[in-house]
Amino acid sequence: MTGEVVPASEAQLAHSPSAETEIRKFTINFGPQHPAAHGVLRLILELDGEVVERVDPHVGLLHRGTEKLMEYRPYQQTIPYFDRLDYVAPMNQEHAYVLAIEKLLAVEVPYRAQLIRVLYSEIGRILNHLLNVTTQAMDVGALTPPLWGFEEREKLMVFYERASGARLHANYFRVGGVRQDLPPALVADISAWCDAFPKALKDIDSLITGNRIFKQRNVDIGVVSKQEALDWGFSGVMVRGSGIAWDLRRNKPYECYNELEFDIPLGVNGDCYDRYLCRMEEMRQSVRIMKQCCDRLEKTPGPVLTEDNKIGAPRRGEMKRSMEALIHHFKLFTEGYRTPPGEVYACVEAPKGEFGVFLVSDGSNKPYKCKIRAPGYPHLQAMDWMNRGHMLADVSAILGSLDIVFGEIDR
Amino acid sequence: MSWPVSAADLQALGQAMVANSAGALTAAHVTYDELSLSAPLPRIVEALTFLRDHPDYRFEVLIDLTAVDYPEREKRFEVVYHLLSMSKNLRVRIKLVTDEDTPVPTATPAYPCANWYEREAFDMYGVFFEGHPDLRRILTDYGFHGHPLRKDFPMSGYVELRYDDELKRVVYEPIKMTEWRNWDFLSPWEGAERGFAALPGDEKAEPKA
Repeated sequence: MTGEVVPASEAQLAHSPSAETEIRKFTINFGPQHPAAHGVLRLILELDGEVVERVDPHVGLLHRGTEKLMEYRPYQQTIPYFDRLDYVAPMNQEHAYVLAIEKLLAVEVPYRAQLIRVLYSEIGRILNHLLNVTTQAMDVGALTPPLWGFEEREKLMVFYERASGARLHANYFRVGGVRQDLPPALVADISAWCDAFPKALKDIDSLITGNRIFKQRNVDIGVVSKQEALDWGFSGVMVRGSGIAWDLRRNKPYECYNELEFDIPLGVNGDCYDRYLCRMEEMRQSVRIMKQCCDRLEKTPGPVLTEDNKIGAPRRGEMKRSMEALIHHFKLFTEGYRTPPGEVYACVEAPKGEFGVFLVSDGSNKPYKCKIRAPGYPHLQAMDWMNRGHMLADVSAILGSLDIVFGEIDR
Repeated sequence: MSWPVSAADLQALGQAMVANSAGALTAAHVTYDELSLSAPLPRIVEALTFLRDHPDYRFEVLIDLTAVDYPEREKRFEVVYHLLSMSKNLRVRIKLVTDEDTPVPTATPAYPCANWYEREAFDMYGVFFEGHPDLRRILTDYGFHGHPLRKDFPMSGYVELRYDDELKRVVYEPIKMTEWRNWDFLSPWEGAERGFAALPGDEKAEPKA
């Protein structure tokens, strides 16, 4: 880190007891290349000694103009952009987008497809929380948790790959369902992983939760009150850590979440440590949801994509035999489908909070406007007031507990 | 009110909001089971504060703020606010219209988190927010010109950048891309009967009897 010295003003010097103890304020550049910045974040920190007085986050270093690009492509081709937003949990983003288009088109999603979507959304949640929890531990000095956590993430990414063909940028969700069915062996393997994972999680838990250093660095750091959480547009773990019972999976159940059993963990103090505990418990609950999805998937065969062939692409095998299917395939992959004019807002409980898509359609095959509401954006905005009065070393602890990924903030 | 709220209930709720707001909200529509309100530009902060503090609504969270560009309209921008009430489990959208010159009163007094959203809307569309504490660009590069999400801003932009080995820094140059092909696959003979907008050139067609 490079710092520059801002000379104290005349007035400050006049108040100082002697010239030797003159007040010096430091302005420090944190990032954009800093391992604890979780990507390309540049923070301008104003310090009084080691106490943070002001934080000015400079974002946009990863801005790719996703929303502009989407206005020039048919709906089908815009789904992959969503994997590249929060690249830690790609399918949760796709989910919000296909829900928005389905709302416009009024498409029914088959039950099996709903189960697969929920299953993979929860895999995404665990992927995200494993990364966040363990790298937060790394930010405050522990190295083993990320190594153990990444081993489990690796297994989950293999599940991603076996369903969609890609480890990260899945492009698996489709309007009206998902790209293709899961083979029975994959469902069995995910189910077996669900049985084994709690033990791995317990190991990580035993490393971090009671750890003296981790507690010293996180308890009572970055406290967010209920009112502050509301004022600053927080969502997800950031509001639940402060004790507000709000989870879109319960409060506005989409897909088949209302038939599944799971609990929503809440924090009490709203500090970094409570948010960490919420994430750990959410992982255990996600495993519960995944297990229920696997059980149901084994019992319910059926289509995984809408039967409406003006929207759902035909299978490759059908195209060899049916002229209709071939025509539909050609039409869908050139023109795509058109949505009726209107405006919709659809949101899901992404691992980081409420991920929303505001979609404006003018009746053509491309979005007229698509605003992506990323949960990390308002969270990062809070860096300024959350850090004031904290020590410089707490900046990385607070940043870690905000759960920031720049793909979605910069878009 | 039980969830999910029916369209008729939402419509009634919207009418009640408009009636109680003393003119700060003007119209309520329900489309796709979502409630949309309109507000006159000078009274937007009043409308937001009313919705936030009214005991029946309590929209405590500003979920999103953005703009939409309609260049063919006289006032080309729509500024869209999305509010969420966690205590009542309700959502509402508020819209107002403005143009390139008319500043919108900032929503930061009612919702502090509007700060970055308004910076983004300013950056992307060039909508001005009056009284904003710090209206800088946020997502685009330092020294960027133009407002990229406006419809008259080309997708490819105007400049490209590269690392100059002699100057030892990144330099901006006008783009060299010769042509951007914007494939338009819309078939003109479909869609009108399903309620879609008429396509350019299609307005001459006789409506089916």
